[in-house]
Amino acid sequence: MSAFAATFSDAFSLLATFDHTVAEIVALSLQVSGGAVLLGTLIGLPLGACIAVGRFPGKSTLSVLVNGLMGLPSVVVGVVVYLLLSRSGPFGGFGLLYTPLAMVIAQTLLVIPLMAAITRQVVEDVWQRYAEELQLMRFSWWDSVTTLLYDCRHSLLVAVLAGLGRAMSEVGAVMIVGGKIDRATRVMTTAIALETSKGDLALAIALGVVLIVIILALNALAFMLRHWAMRRYG
Amino acid sequence: MAIFPLRIRDLRYQPNGREVLAGIDLELGEEGITLVLGPNGAGKSVLLRTICGLIEPDAGSMAWGDEGARRPAQGVMMVFQRPMMLRAPVLQNVALGLKPLGLTAAERRRQGLAMLERVGLADRAEDSARQLSGGEQQRLALARAWLTKPRLLLLDEPTASLDPSASGEVERIIREIRTDGTRVLMVTHNLGQATRLADDIVFMSAGRVCEHTPVRAFFARPQSEEARLFIQGELPWRMRFHGA
Repeated sequence: MSAFAATFSDAFSLLATFDHTVAEIVALSLQVSGGAVLLGTLIGLPLGACIAVGRFPGKSTLSVLVNGLMGLPSVVVGVVVYLLLSRSGPFGGFGLLYTPLAMVIAQTLLVIPLMAAITRQVVEDVWQRYAEELQLMRFSWWDSVTTLLYDCRHSLLVAVLAGLGRAMSEVGAVMIVGGKIDRATRVMTTAIALETSKGDLALAIALGVVLIVIILALNALAFMLRHWAMRRYG
Repeated sequence: MAIFPLRIRDLRYQPNGREVLAGIDLELGEEGITLVLGPNGAGKSVLLRTICGLIEPDAGSMAWGDEGARRPAQGVMMVFQRPMMLRAPVLQNVALGLKPLGLTAAERRRQGLAMLERVGLADRAEDSARQLSGGEQQRLALARAWLTKPRLLLLDEPTASLDPSASGEVERIIREIRTDGTRVLMVTHNLGQATRLADDIVFMSAGRVCEHTPVRAFFARPQSEEARLFIQGELPWRMRFHGA
C-alpha cells in the first residue's frame, strides 16, 4: 500500500474508532468558533444594519472600512490581540493569553467585519424598499434596525455561515493567542498544522475530514432552512 | 391638535429643474373621500408624498389646522401601490404600525386580530403575508394603516392591477375607513371608481390642480378642457401635440 493510501486508511481508522484526541480537538474547535460566531452575530449583524439604516456623516467611509476589513489578515488580528492580552498589555491582568477565551476574542474580531459587511448589503437593499413606510409609521431608528434584521433573517444566514467558515478555517490568530497547547488550546486548524509538521499525517487528515464535514453539514442545514423559509414566508 | 383644514398654497417641487409640482393650490376639509385624477406624470403621487412629508417641496406652503402648523404632529398615513410585506404572518404585518406606540405584544395581537376581522382576513392571520393575493395584500396594507387611527389617509392607486372583485372589496374598506372618521385622499385612474367612491375630485395635469369640484359636477360639467378630454379618454399629450 502506498504511503498516501496508508495515511488515509489510518485517518479513517481514527475517525471510525472515535479517537479521544480527535474528539477533544473537534469539541474545542466548535466551542471556540461557535462562541466567536455567536458574539459576531450579536455585534456584527446589528452593526451592519445600523450602517445600512443610519444617516450620519462618514457613513460611506465606514462602509468602505467595514468592507475592507473583511479581508483582514488573521495573523495581524492575532498580533494585536496578543499585545492587548499579554502581561504588559492593557488587559494583561485578566490572564487570558493562551486560553480558549483569547481565541474566541481573536476570532470574534475577525468575523465581525465580514458579518457586518454582508448584513449591511442585505439590509440596505430591503431598507430602500421599506424606508418610506417605516418612516410614516414613525419607527425609530432602532425599531427600523430590529424590524429589518427580522425581515432579512433568512438571508442573513449567509452572513452567519460566512462568519463560521472564516472562524473555523483560520489558523494564524488562534495560533498566536492560543499557543496550540495540548488539551487546552489546540483546535482543528492549529492541530492540523502542528501534526503535519510532526509527520503525523493521519491525525491531520482525520481532523481535516471532520472540518470539511462540519462545514458542509452546516451549509446543507442552512440551505434547507432557507429553502423552507422561502416557501413558508416568500 | 386638529389637522384640518389643510391649506396648500403654491406648492412646487422641481427635482433637477424638472417641474413636477408647478404651484399646487388645494384645500382639504375634515371629512370625505377626495379622489385625485389626472394623466400619468401629472404629479399625483408626488403630491401625496409631499403631503405626508416624504418629499420636501422646493417652495410653497402647507398649513395644517386652524393654527396653520407646518407639519402635522401625527395622524397622516399612506398606503402605496405595492405595499411593504414583511416575511412574517399576516397578523404580525397588520400589527406592525402599533410597534412604535409601546403597546404590549398581547395588546397588539388583540387589536390586530380585531382589525383583520374587519377587513375579512381573520382566517389568514397565521399565513405568510407574502403569499396573499394582490387584493388581499392591499386589504392588509389598508388594515395596517387604519389600525393606527390616522386622521388623513393617503392612498396611491390601491386598486391598480386588481380584478373588479378585489377592487370592490378594497373600495368597501375605504368607505368604512371614511365612516370611521378618517379623511381619505386617493389617487386613481379608474373613472368608474371615482363615481362610486368619491365625494369630490381633484383633477391634476402637468403639476397643477386644474379643478377641485364635487364628483357629480366634475363628470357633468368639467370646468377645464384638460378634464373634459381626460373624461372622454383623450390624453393630454395629444392635446399638447395639436397645440390646444
